[in-house]
Amino acid sequence: MAPRACALCENAKAMLKRPKTGQQICRECFFYVFETEVHNTITQSKLFQPGDRVAIGASGGKDSTVLAHVMKTLNERYNYGLELFLLSIDEGITGYRDDSLETVKRNQQQYDMPLKILSYDELYGWTMDAIVSQVGRKNNCTFCGVFRRQALDRGAAMLNVDHIVTGHNADDIAETVLMNIMRGDIARLGRCTAICTQGEDTIKRSKPFKYAYEKEIVMYAYFKKLDYFSTECIYSPDAYRGHARAFLKDLEAARPSAIIDIIHSGEAFEVREEVKATQRVQQTCKRCGYISSNELCKACTLLEGLERGMANAGISDRGRKQLELQGPAPENLRTIPLFKLPSGNPTVAIETTP
Amino acid sequence: MSLDIKVEFSGGLELLFSNQRQHSVTIPSIDPTTSEPTRLQYLINYLRDNLLKERLELFVENDTVRPGILVLVNDTDWELEGEGDYVLKDGDEIVFISTLHGYAGSTIIPGRSIAQ
Ligand SMILES: [Zn+2]
Ligand SMILES: [Zn+2]
Repeated sequence: MAPRACALCENAKAMLKRPKTGQQICRECFFYVFETEVHNTITQSKLFQPGDRVAIGASGGKDSTVLAHVMKTLNERYNYGLELFLLSIDEGITGYRDDSLETVKRNQQQYDMPLKILSYDELYGWTMDAIVSQVGRKNNCTFCGVFRRQALDRGAAMLNVDHIVTGHNADDIAETVLMNIMRGDIARLGRCTAICTQGEDTIKRSKPFKYAYEKEIVMYAYFKKLDYFSTECIYSPDAYRGHARAFLKDLEAARPSAIIDIIHSGEAFEVREEVKATQRVQQTCKRCGYISSNELCKACTLLEGLERGMANAGISDRGRKQLELQGPAPENLRTIPLFKLPSGNPTVAIETTP
Repeated sequence: MSLDIKVEFSGGLELLFSNQRQHSVTIPSIDPTTSEPTRLQYLINYLRDNLLKERLELFVENDTVRPGILVLVNDTDWELEGEGDYVLKDGDEIVFISTLHGYAGSTIIPGRSIAQ
């Protein structure tokens, strides 16, 4: 096949077929349209205000690495006036997170952004390696998910940022829409396509890559030679999610617009308020001050179970009852430090490059 | 006559290929099965039959690469080059990048056995 010229500049050689539009474009035009679309997503959703302090949830993987690069580029190009930070959570997984954190540390230098690393070990007193050695591989993802969510908020509060952005892309969101439908989780279906979520007592979170295809993120990283880490979590296998992803990729192969179409379907569902309200009224965890729908937040419940050697306490109602039968939590139980929403100055020194 | 092709795997795919990202392969310039110039599809079959160490289903599906694996021909998206029909040239660089999950947790990560 003879090389084709770019559909946009009509000059350089086309190097990529855009999944969203089928357009064949060159490398430079691709960078420009990819970045401009993210900019449009940001401005149309009014994600930021000048002067905002924004933490990029950085795992060292492709999505967050490209996000850091694009956020820095757009902040400079369009004078967003943002102060950008990298925030990484160290789950304590040998051979996975320790390697990917090295990537984040290089990103810190490459992008010249302050980096804060917060570890499960310092926050909860447990690494994922230690949790897996106690609970095995069955429910470890529950621990990791709950702990990570809270750790990100706490890291953000320490950095005193207004906002956390994450690298979730269009494929991730379409996959979540499919999973919520397959599980009949209509309340989550109603929320999962929101570009920005903010509870009253939590830090704003948003997804500037909501409409960015994974293929384009990977191509962007490849063409820009960005430094990212691609090994997966060694404990991860979430088989159900894996099937949803494979199904989505099959659909995309047959019709590339499938991903954006599924997101639009998710957005088009009108979920009645009373269905959305299956989330219980939020309160403050009596032990650690974090937002919670029960007296104790999920992380405190899971941690108590771990500490008292009854890891199921935070997983099932039955486990919880068994724990309660053992009596109240001992006085000297390890707890999570008190959570405070950001106000005033950062409460931690930000790590600087040695 | 033969073709020297540079092959690169990334995004986790390298774990299926001896945990090695770069490979050099030499294949015939005329496909013995069709007696025509060798196409990219021949290379995919060759990699599957000769270099792939395990978990075939994570690399190929229905005789082509599994959806979710990006293929680049000399840095160009293979969708612009005719995909498997692309006629290979000596010195071509073919890159396979996976965007899928599921490579971890198999037994092939060297030095990373985790105590249960
Ligand atoms: Zn162009
Ligand atoms: Zn709590």
